This record gives sequence, structure tokens and C-alpha cells, in this order.
Amino acid sequence: MRKKNIWVAGSATALASLILLLAGLPSVMAKSDQPSTANAEVKIDNFSFGPQTLTVAVGTTVTWTNRDDIPHTVVSTDGVFKSKVRDTDEKFSYTFTKAGEYPYYCSVHPKMTGKIVVQ
Amino acid sequence: MTDKRQDLIDQPLQDLNHDGVDRRGFLKCMAWAGTGLVWTMSGGIPVSRAFAKNIGKDAGRGADFSFVQISDSHMGFNKPANQDVAATLQAAVDKINALPDQPEFLLHTGDISHLSKPEQFDNVDQIVKSANAKDIFFVPGEHDVLDDNGKSYLERYGKSAQGSGWYSFDHKGVHFIGLVNVMNLKSGGLGSLGGEQLEWIEKDVKHRKHSTPIVVFAHIPLWSVYPEWGWGTEDSAQALAYLKKFGSVTVLNGHIHQIMQKVEGNVTFHTAMSTAFPQPQPGKADSPGPMKVPAEQLRTVLGITDVNYVRGQHSLAVVDSNLG
Repeated sequence: MRKKNIWVAGSATALASLILLLAGLPSVMAKSDQPSTANAEVKIDNFSFGPQTLTVAVGTTVTWTNRDDIPHTVVSTDGVFKSKVRDTDEKFSYTFTKAGEYPYYCSVHPKMTGKIVVQ
Repeated sequence: MTDKRQDLIDQPLQDLNHDGVDRRGFLKCMAWAGTGLVWTMSGGIPVSRAFAKNIGKDAGRGADFSFVQISDSHMGFNKPANQDVAATLQAAVDKINALPDQPEFLLHTGDISHLSKPEQFDNVDQIVKSANAKDIFFVPGEHDVLDDNGKSYLERYGKSAQGSGWYSFDHKGVHFIGLVNVMNLKSGGLGSLGGEQLEWIEKDVKHRKHSTPIVVFAHIPLWSVYPEWGWGTEDSAQALAYLKKFGSVTVLNGHIHQIMQKVEGNVTFHTAMSTAFPQPQPGKADSPGPMKVPAEQLRTVLGITDVNYVRGQHSLAVVDSNLG
């Protein structure tokens, strides 16, 4: 009889722990278009920003990394942020403290455009 | 000239891709190491003639003067497409110095440096100093005006220029106009000349005789080569409208790292090869980045452009040569 009780108790504890765990990690369950504070990264490669549109939560720091074999820049079209030229493997970061939409482009190759959506 | 050679010349190439170049014919010629392509106009249709080193002498004969365009040296670039751009720039200078008729000056159509760094500009200046030409004139590429809005470029090369570095000069009756179309580029846009520069162009050519041959040089093509890759200039039509009255206009550009030619009425547009690395043909790759070729082929896709002016001729003879 005791063994069965222990087993049930053990399972209940495990289940409770799991529920608590899941409750504390909403971002893990989030879909890709929901705000995320983890992995706020944009990769620059092949004359494009990937992802082209990234949605993040207020307070997120977004880091752009140039993986292309040509230098690029990250320039807000509204004058909010502006990187120096970034050669291969160089990075640029910006922390978004206000909600809104932030379109940007590469001032060297202006056909390269992207957007950060801050919610 | 042998009979075999005679068979090849004066065969008009078909403009298959409305860019003024029959690529199959061009590539066939390019396969001959060290040969050049002479482009002249015959009845309004560009005609190309292949010639080899030993008859190259005739190409420049009778010219009042010649000058050479080099472009896109990208000093500081060191990725797989070319890990020694200084060596290939030197090869371009050696090629210039081996020309049968020495050019009176050089035009560099931009992307002199790769990252606008002082040592990169210094390096180019050092290498081109050994060219047997009296002068060299520059216009900036987008790689020359990074971070400081072109301030260091202007300090070096823009002493007698206006605005962001445009200027004009005359040489033996030909009027040369250097333009800047790499400043203040707008998101999603192409190259741009801007209102101030356009006004200056209008004034600069207003009172010149229609018979004056005009040579315009700028980094980004002044015609729409491939807008998807930014290969064009938003407001070039306005500039060309001011030049409409002239009987002979030659537009020399760089930026695309390959030869393209187009003729529109009295205007001949021509883009030069880079001395650093080639780029793919429009639409033939995901992006217009540096294109790797087998090491032994690199110098065959880099080159210089020799331009010959003969007084009284309708247009300037433009001769492309690779470094291979």
C-alpha cells in the first residue's frame, strides 16, 4: 500500500512541478511572431537582413551580425539609430525602450531593408 | 592583319539582352588571354572588333589623345574572391604602362577603398603613382564615403570640387564631368544625384557648343542596368536631359564590376570591370556580392578601359582589356 502512495505522491509532485515550470516560461511556448526577449538577433547575409521583420518586447536589445563578405550598415529611416560600417563578423546592437515600428536599411546598399517591431 | 583576323572583325553583335553586349561573343573574345575589345559606332549600332596584342597598336593610332578608366579597386578587401587587391591594382597599372599609346590621364570611377580607411586610400595613391599618366581624377563610390559622410574623401580628392565632390574640366576640346551619386541614398532606392548637383550640371553645360564632346563619369550606372540590385540612378534622366543637345556624350561608370554597354541616341553608356573582383551578371545570383572564380581565371575578369578621342569622330573609341 505504501509503495503505491509514494508513487502517486511522486507523480503528483512531478506534475505540479511541470505545471509550475510551464507557467514560468511563456516565451518557450510562443510562436515566432510573438514578442520575445530571447534571441533578439538579425543576421546580415547575401545583401539581406534575416529575419526581415523581427518582433521584440520593449527593453530588448537587438544585435545585428554581418555574415556577408561585404560591409553593411544598419540605419533607421527615422533617425533613431545608425551603426558605423560593419565588416564581416562585426556586430551592432540597439536597445529598444519604446514600443513602435522601426524600419531601417543599409545606407551603403539601400535596397536592403528591414523592420523591428517593438511591442 | 591576317585573313583569319579579318574574318572576325566587323561582325556586328546582336543586342540580345538590351544591354548593348552580346555575351556569347564577348566571352569568346575574353577567352583570348590578353586581347581587348574595341567598341566603335557604325551607323548608330555598336560594333565590336576583337584584336590581339600585336595589332593593338592600330587601335590608338590617329587619336588626338587617350585616357584610361579604372574602377572599383576596393583597397582593403581581402576575402576569397581576391585576397590581394593591391597586386591586381598593380597589374592594372602595369597594363596601362604597357599600352602602345600612353594615356594623358586616368579616371577612377570610385570604390577606391573598401572601408574608407586612410591607409586604404594611401595604398591606392601609392600604387597609381607609378602609372605613366600625368594626372588622375576620382569620383567616390559608396565604399569611399562610409561613416563620415564623405569628409575624408573630399579632403583627399575634392579640393577643387563642389558639394559632395562633383566637378568638370576640359581637355583638348573634350568636356569632362565628374558626378557623385553615392551620397544620401534613401531606403529602398537607387543611386542619387540630388537637386543641388542637377542644378550645377544644368549651369555647367548651358552655354557650351553642341559640338563639344562630353564625357560624364560617376560610380553607379546612370542608366537602369538592374534596379533590383540597386544598379541605377533615381534622377539620372534629369541630368541626361541637360546633355540632350550634345552630339556626342560618353558616360563611364563602375560599381557593377563587369562590362555593360548601351547606346541611346547620341549617348554611349559604358561600365568598367573592377581591378579587385568580379560580380555576377544581373539576376544570375542571389545577390550582387563578390563572385569567386578559379584563381587562374581571376585576372581575365578584371581590367581597365582605354578611351581614344579622335577629333571629328562621332564618338570616342572605348577599348576594354582584362589583366589576364
